[in-house]
Amino acid sequence: MEATSHSFTDNARRELANPVLRRALGMAGAGFPARRAEAIARLPEFEALRDEGKAIKDHTIAHLDYYLELYEKNVTAAGGVVHWARDATEARAAVLEICRSVDAKIVTKGKSMVAEEIALNEHLEANGITPVETDLGEYIIQLRHEPPSHIIAPAIHLMKEQVEEAFRAAHTELDPDRTLSEAPQLCAEARAMLRPRFLAADVGITGANFLVAESGSSIIVTNEGNGDLTQTLPKVHVVVTSIEKVVPTLEDAATLLRLLARSATGQEFSSYTTISTGPRRPGDLDGPEQYHVVLVDNGRSSMIGGEFQDMLRCLKCSACLNHCPVYTAVGGHAYGWVYPGPMGAVLTPALIGLDEAGHLPNASSFCGRCESVCPVRIPLPKMMRHWRERQFAQRKAPATYRYGLRLWAWIAQRPALYHAMVEMKARALGWLGKRRGRFRSMPLARGWTEARDMPAPEGRSFHALWAERQRGRVKADRQ
Amino acid sequence: MSARDDILGGIRRGLGRGALTGAPADALAERVATHRRNLVPARAASLDPAGRVHLFVQMAEAVQTSVTRVAADNDVPDEVARYLASENLPAEVTVAPDPDLDALPWAERPLLQIRRGKAEAGDAVSLTPCLAAVAETGTLMLTSGEGTPTTLNFLPDTHIVVLRAGQVVASYEDGWDLLRTQAIDKLWGLPRAVNFITGPSRTGDIEQRIELGAHGPRRLHVILVDGAKA
Repeated sequence: MEATSHSFTDNARRELANPVLRRALGMAGAGFPARRAEAIARLPEFEALRDEGKAIKDHTIAHLDYYLELYEKNVTAAGGVVHWARDATEARAAVLEICRSVDAKIVTKGKSMVAEEIALNEHLEANGITPVETDLGEYIIQLRHEPPSHIIAPAIHLMKEQVEEAFRAAHTELDPDRTLSEAPQLCAEARAMLRPRFLAADVGITGANFLVAESGSSIIVTNEGNGDLTQTLPKVHVVVTSIEKVVPTLEDAATLLRLLARSATGQEFSSYTTISTGPRRPGDLDGPEQYHVVLVDNGRSSMIGGEFQDMLRCLKCSACLNHCPVYTAVGGHAYGWVYPGPMGAVLTPALIGLDEAGHLPNASSFCGRCESVCPVRIPLPKMMRHWRERQFAQRKAPATYRYGLRLWAWIAQRPALYHAMVEMKARALGWLGKRRGRFRSMPLARGWTEARDMPAPEGRSFHALWAERQRGRVKADRQ
Repeated sequence: MSARDDILGGIRRGLGRGALTGAPADALAERVATHRRNLVPARAASLDPAGRVHLFVQMAEAVQTSVTRVAADNDVPDEVARYLASENLPAEVTVAPDPDLDALPWAERPLLQIRRGKAEAGDAVSLTPCLAAVAETGTLMLTSGEGTPTTLNFLPDTHIVVLRAGQVVASYEDGWDLLRTQAIDKLWGLPRAVNFITGPSRTGDIEQRIELGAHGPRRLHVILVDGAKA
């Protein structure tokens, strides 16, 4: 998809003024963190599992070449085919070629963030193939021609009124007088409309939460069962996924699965966890005749060995989004590309470059909640700082920011000057704000005073008060 | 250079080494071959068989799976008929073509219409066996095969699963062991599909409100047989 991450600040301003988003995020806001906290309270081993999950991913990435080759060998042994893709262009071409080889007209899709990353739907449409998103949230946003705003709840930015509107506009063959105002009616309509598409599809495309080297399997986790209908009914199943999803064994996958559902939705386990290995076997009555995996790099291999390697542990659970004060205020679309929230703030610059995504690592208050809830302990704030440092070193930060910071550093390195200036400022502001005790607006601090008042200082700087107090003590000691 | 070589080469450059050979590669092969368990939560691992069954039922019911216990295999057709009537569902069932299910006394319930095979569009109710159930999270474990087509688990509105008490294991890891001893094909490896199913299909995509029956079954019913195989 076309990135708009470069205009994050404008995007964020627009989204903050969007009344539907305010209501939708307000509704979702507390739900995810509360459910996660309850699920974790029920599992005393959760913290120990986080350590193990981190260790499994670290071990795999340190031997990623070995496990990818083993995975490929076992996919092939089970009758599947692995297609390696360096970038989005190669990945799209591989999927299109598979679709064309069976003369596909309709392609059903389970949720896949990597498919979003490579803009697969647009490419299929441009080549005369109809992609049908089958995850309810993805279906809604496909009808609205917009990208997902959350990794696991792609339509979280909408209220049911917008869903009704989208369904009425798309499902014109249905009775226009039908009642469609409540969630159960909307779900039932989506189920009824999508069922024939599942049955008619020539190719089913899913993502993968994990790949298992030991058995050459792909694992998907869903609640709706759409991923299973997508991969079971058509002649061909294509898994579009990325290289860091591989884990060594089924036992390793089990540990990560225990972390995933609890971190994502606060469920003990999602409704459906499906392990797929190759195409249908002789004697099987159903299942796809062909099984393909498109294994996408798209910038990931170059994260290995650098400051952002830890990001490759990410399970795409969304816990960091759900707990982020910035994400929960501006929503996912403001981030301007596929991956929003703190994980997006680190991953997006690595995948599409700092020039496009330079705002994102700055969209953080560094409160640290993201790291504290990450199931595989990714140090997200630290990596956002790495991006900021690079930005500064490469002179990519805005000039006012760079010169301002340089000026501050110059003053801060001269304590006498610094203290004198702070004391002067505190006294001046204290005197000016004496009457109200706060400022409604202030030059050079509009960003702050636009949304709230600036409290006025008491009139002296801390340093000055401290020094005075110390002097008083010395005097008292002497007496 | 092929994409494959390029990607693997890039990974090795990042890791600052070439392809692994000798002892380091052997150690990794050994790690995979022994597939050692990581930490398994005590919740189910510490229970005796009866405790595991109790936990399974508790966890399954917490996610809207309904469970009925029957004494023996021969009671299954009666329970199927009872359940369908209680839910106001038609007495038509698509049954997995599995030898154990074939052996049940279906003839004693002549009003129950039975069709053997995979699921077709419009099938309302399916009945399948399962490989195991995992007590830890109330999860059923089903495998694809000649007698167990996967479509039965997803297409019909109502999915009924026959589970024997002795099939209830503690953890997913116990499930992997069963797969390795009972379901691995020498030629192909794992079954094409292994489905862990925890409750009926659901979605929270509209205003984060949970609705059952998004695309898969609206109802999941487990007939838990206390006796051993007849």
